[in-house]
Amino acid sequence: MTGTLRRRLIQVIVVGVLAVAVAVPWLTDPYTTSLLARTLVLGLVGVSVALLTGVAGLPTLGQTGPYAAGAYAGALVGLHVSSVGVVQVLTGAAAGALFAALTVPLVVYARGVVVLMITLAIGELTVTAASRWRSVTGGTDGLAGMPAIRPVWGMGVLDSDQARYLYTLVVVSVVVAIVLMVLRSPAGLLLRASRDDEARMRASGHPVTGYLAAAFVAGGAVAGVAGSLLVTAQQYLSPADFGFDISALLLLGVVIGGATSIGGAIAGTALVIAVRDWVSGQLPGHAPLVLGGLFVLTAYLFPRGVAGSAADVAALFRSRARTRSRPGDPGPDRPSGSGPARTDPARTRSEVPG
Amino acid sequence: MTGYAARVTDAIDPYLIPALDGVAYGLLLFVAASGLVLCFGVANILNLAHGTLYAVGAYTVAALADGGWASLLLALAVGVVAGAGAGGLLAGLLAPVARRDHLTQALLTFGVALAGGALLVAAFGPDSLPVRIPAALEGTVEVAGHRYAAYRLGFIGVAMVIAVLLALAVTRTRAGMLVRAAVDDPEMVASLGVNPARIRIGVLCTAGALAGAAGVLGAPIIGPAPTTADTVLLLSLVVVVLGGLGSVRGTLLAALAVGEIQTLGVALAPTVAPFLLFAAMAAVLAVRARGLPGRGLRLRWGGTT
Repeated sequence: MTGTLRRRLIQVIVVGVLAVAVAVPWLTDPYTTSLLARTLVLGLVGVSVALLTGVAGLPTLGQTGPYAAGAYAGALVGLHVSSVGVVQVLTGAAAGALFAALTVPLVVYARGVVVLMITLAIGELTVTAASRWRSVTGGTDGLAGMPAIRPVWGMGVLDSDQARYLYTLVVVSVVVAIVLMVLRSPAGLLLRASRDDEARMRASGHPVTGYLAAAFVAGGAVAGVAGSLLVTAQQYLSPADFGFDISALLLLGVVIGGATSIGGAIAGTALVIAVRDWVSGQLPGHAPLVLGGLFVLTAYLFPRGVAGSAADVAALFRSRARTRSRPGDPGPDRPSGSGPARTDPARTRSEVPG
Repeated sequence: MTGYAARVTDAIDPYLIPALDGVAYGLLLFVAASGLVLCFGVANILNLAHGTLYAVGAYTVAALADGGWASLLLALAVGVVAGAGAGGLLAGLLAPVARRDHLTQALLTFGVALAGGALLVAAFGPDSLPVRIPAALEGTVEVAGHRYAAYRLGFIGVAMVIAVLLALAVTRTRAGMLVRAAVDDPEMVASLGVNPARIRIGVLCTAGALAGAAGVLGAPIIGPAPTTADTVLLLSLVVVVLGGLGSVRGTLLAALAVGEIQTLGVALAPTVAPFLLFAAMAAVLAVRARGLPGRGLRLRWGGTT
């Protein structure tokens, strides 16, 4: 009964948010629209961060690597090969996946804080390489002058901020839908089980390293798509788009969104980017100080993110109701393959993505 | 035979100075990165504010040093104390979230880095500051027929002393033993009556002091500027990862390698220099077929498995 109600509520919220998102170009000015397009792009990178950090249990600060690879690949295709959006998006996805596949041996054997360090090093090296490889990336001057794209063959050229925003919205929605479908499939279950109890999964004969590697490459492809969308949304690329601060903001957004929730990742990233832009408009020059305070506050107030804390409260109520009716029942919301004693609260929660 | 030797010398000659620069740069990175290794190895914290602690030291020497020996020593003392104090402050901020996951702690240290960087810029301005060193070190000395900056040569000596002292402290003293024990088995150390919180505070203060000392001594090489913190954090991180995450010897070798890549590599192969750090990472991977050690972290002088 409450499950159906909850699902209805989520459906209503999703439809409402999508309706507002589609209507935005007619409600605001072109500048805000282009800002929102860029926010959507970063939200999609946030989805790839949440996929790795929350679902697969590989906390990453380096998704800017495949993001940059996808962006530069998309921009180069746009400059020299094709102005068709689908081609650029697929090139971006391929470049991001390839980047992730090349770096996956560095990451996949490590866990926890080591992953954070290795991914951060990879992301930063990518930015350094991008700013020095002038012949391809334009160095710190950046790449500009990509021709306007047409989404598919035969369609008109996207020459307004509104059109580019709607194109970004469509691609982001499609990719997020694919990610959600995969996470609801047995593949998502295997991934969450590997995160929750790796030893047990290995004992059952599951190639956990292979699952994690596949998730890492998939996350790279998602970030690569976001990179190719950035080219469209921003029409300009520079290494500053892939800096360390972007990685940290993405991680903050994903943590605020609850780390395991895909929708929460987009909402959290959007919130963080909005706060950054608003603060730098209101208090020019003091944005880092305020943002730094926001990071510290988030660490204290929402150790598992707003969505995670909300889920905690909900789970508390549910478990109380259950204890009254059937004491000792572990309940359906625990993964059946989980071990009895798990100490890290951020990794013990079972969740439905979305 | 002598003709051949002379040809070899001539071929090496133009790269001698970049190579020596690489040693100075590498040793600077080692002093900075060793603090990061301690934080990460002992307290299991990815301290993203580590570069900011280096910047504190660098700004200290820019503000205090007036070209005399006394002011340089004063700056070193103030920088070390400020770094250690900032490390202690960080430990205090981290204490309430000590039991939570590493993501929370990394976010918190990044917040401190952002805010600290903003405060440094507010205090010292957005421009990079010049650093005045004692006149005796300002000149050059003769090295194998080349003029070489005396300060860098002096720095190489001082950094080597720091490296040796650090290695001795980790392997030979009681504090070093406790630190290594805390890496191996924190529960056992706690049950033997050593407060883990005190170890954390001590380690973060030591790491801060190392970063502050690196900032003061290294300011003429990587000077105080708004980008200093990021540069130092990135390079230290690459050094720590390349060095095998916890091995002191590995960290030293990786620091020297990164220093050479950043100086000699650029002089030898300017076109591929941007990718040399990636290549170094790939080489480390090739040597260790199973990737970097992720779970069995050990803080020790030698190997890491």
